[in-house]
Amino acid sequence: MILCSPLCLCKLFLEREEFYLSKKQLISRLLQIVVVLIGISFITFLLTYVSPGDPVRHMLTASGTMPTDETVNAIRQEMGLNDPFFTQYFRWVGNCLHGDFGDSYMLHKPVVTLLAARLWPTLKLTIFSVILMLIIAVPLGMISAVYKDSWIDYLVRGITFLGVSLPNFWVGLLLMLAFCVKIQIFPVISSGGDFKSMVLPSLTLAIAMSSKYTRQVRTAVLEELSSDYVIGAKARGVKSWKILWLNVFPNSLLPLITMLGLSIGSLLGGTSVVEVIFSYPGLGNLAVSAITSCDYYLIQGYVLWVAVIYMVINLLVDLSYYFVDPRMRLKR
Amino acid sequence: MKKENFFLKYKTFTIFLILAILIVLTAIFAPVVSGGVDPTASDLTQAIEAPSSEHIFGTDKMGRDIYARVIYGSRVSLTASFSIVAIVFVVGLVLGILAGYFGGWVDTVIMRIADMMIAFPGLVLALAVAGIMGASVRNAVLAISLVTWPKYARLARSLVMKIRHRDYVDAAIVTGSKTFYMLSRYMLPNALPTLVITAATDIGSMMLELAALSFLGFGAIPPTPEWGLMLSEGRAYMQSAPWLMIFPGLAIFITVVVFNMLGDSLRDILDPKSE
Repeated sequence: MILCSPLCLCKLFLEREEFYLSKKQLISRLLQIVVVLIGISFITFLLTYVSPGDPVRHMLTASGTMPTDETVNAIRQEMGLNDPFFTQYFRWVGNCLHGDFGDSYMLHKPVVTLLAARLWPTLKLTIFSVILMLIIAVPLGMISAVYKDSWIDYLVRGITFLGVSLPNFWVGLLLMLAFCVKIQIFPVISSGGDFKSMVLPSLTLAIAMSSKYTRQVRTAVLEELSSDYVIGAKARGVKSWKILWLNVFPNSLLPLITMLGLSIGSLLGGTSVVEVIFSYPGLGNLAVSAITSCDYYLIQGYVLWVAVIYMVINLLVDLSYYFVDPRMRLKR
Repeated sequence: MKKENFFLKYKTFTIFLILAILIVLTAIFAPVVSGGVDPTASDLTQAIEAPSSEHIFGTDKMGRDIYARVIYGSRVSLTASFSIVAIVFVVGLVLGILAGYFGGWVDTVIMRIADMMIAFPGLVLALAVAGIMGASVRNAVLAISLVTWPKYARLARSLVMKIRHRDYVDAAIVTGSKTFYMLSRYMLPNALPTLVITAATDIGSMMLELAALSFLGFGAIPPTPEWGLMLSEGRAYMQSAPWLMIFPGLAIFITVVVFNMLGDSLRDILDPKSE
């Protein structure tokens, strides 16, 4: 329900007048996305323009030729890299609007093709790690809230305190050391894309996220438990497990949705650190190699992709409250 | 008498304050703590040695002493993360107060730029910026600051907006207080405490982000002793020399735990509501 498809949401928006985000708000949000995209693309373009690295020199070195100033300059001229900044910027924006995001200098393929190829692995990793994280965080948070101030609560809280300080790349390396090197049950290089190669990267991400979420679940459940309707239900003699699972549990998930949206948004941008550790063929890994080899069009394309997906998911999260929170349907 | 009471009353804070001071002292007196061993001196005859009485944390592929490198690494980590927090604190505070106090186009310009930065996962932009500008600790600090200041600016702005149109503020303006006086005596003290708490709790996460950038090769460059970089260098020798990645990781972990706990306990003292 939470992950309702965008299409269905749009249809619903058109059919119903009493939608929680008014049309005006929705339009202003969409406009905001466009403004942010223009701003972000301008900043990254400006940075690549003033940066000390030279993509042509990189390209020539990579193909094994010694770059001389003359050849470099000739190729720069040919590729239009010597044109004034605004000429280059508007040419690129114009091409983007026609769906052409340029070709990668490094891999000599269209940026769109390269990004699209990495999309599925990153999506798989995102879904997998979020599910794993929820499996860890939700029960822990609930137990900790229900048995507040008992030893188990202190234990869970202690672990989450340590957990938020754990660098995720260190977790990844330790997991790798334990499960790939010592007991060899998982492959060191997760480029296969099968189930086995997904386990460790998603576990790393799940561990890194779960501390934050466990705390959040605990706070939310505690808040629900102290509300009047729970006391009322208890007074009427409703069994406490029924209150917990039928009332408290669904209600305490509501505040998590915004947080989940943010996490999913940034996971879909690829999680460079974890992907690099496990050599996972995702977007983050592609981005890191694009940045190291000054592959400017690819960097631009990647940054735009992340910005779009992040903002669209945030918008969907706001819209999704319509389904999960009936109060929103009454508001107008 | 009063001071003693304070430290006894807030035991967690005191404990972590002492630990944090110890870490800072370690960084300052790194040459003494490491026993005079040069963290960049390589000796290929002693490459990749397991921890022993001579090298208690072992040596890396260049024969450099890991213990000395971990100790010296605290310098880079601490100075860089303190600089980030200082930069974003000052920039965010000033821009936030200006936006909140003057409103109008000043507010629009500052806040639209901030919104743009926030509508974007921070580390991705930091990665791009640090990578494009070229790998160095300074560029990594600038990149992380660039994506973090909007959080502080928004916070400062909202705190200023809360009191901007109170009667006593209007009264002060009407009675002829200069703008600078209004900003420094009325607006600043109002925004400061919350921002200090935020900055204190942020030091740990700044350290993690910095180490992550260095790990990916967009921060410190060899042969600088930096924890994230050491982990990335040690990765290749995971099988034969696990100590290369255990000790630097442990150093990051412990330091971040200490500063996170210090920040949290400071927040509990200054702002009891949040608990």
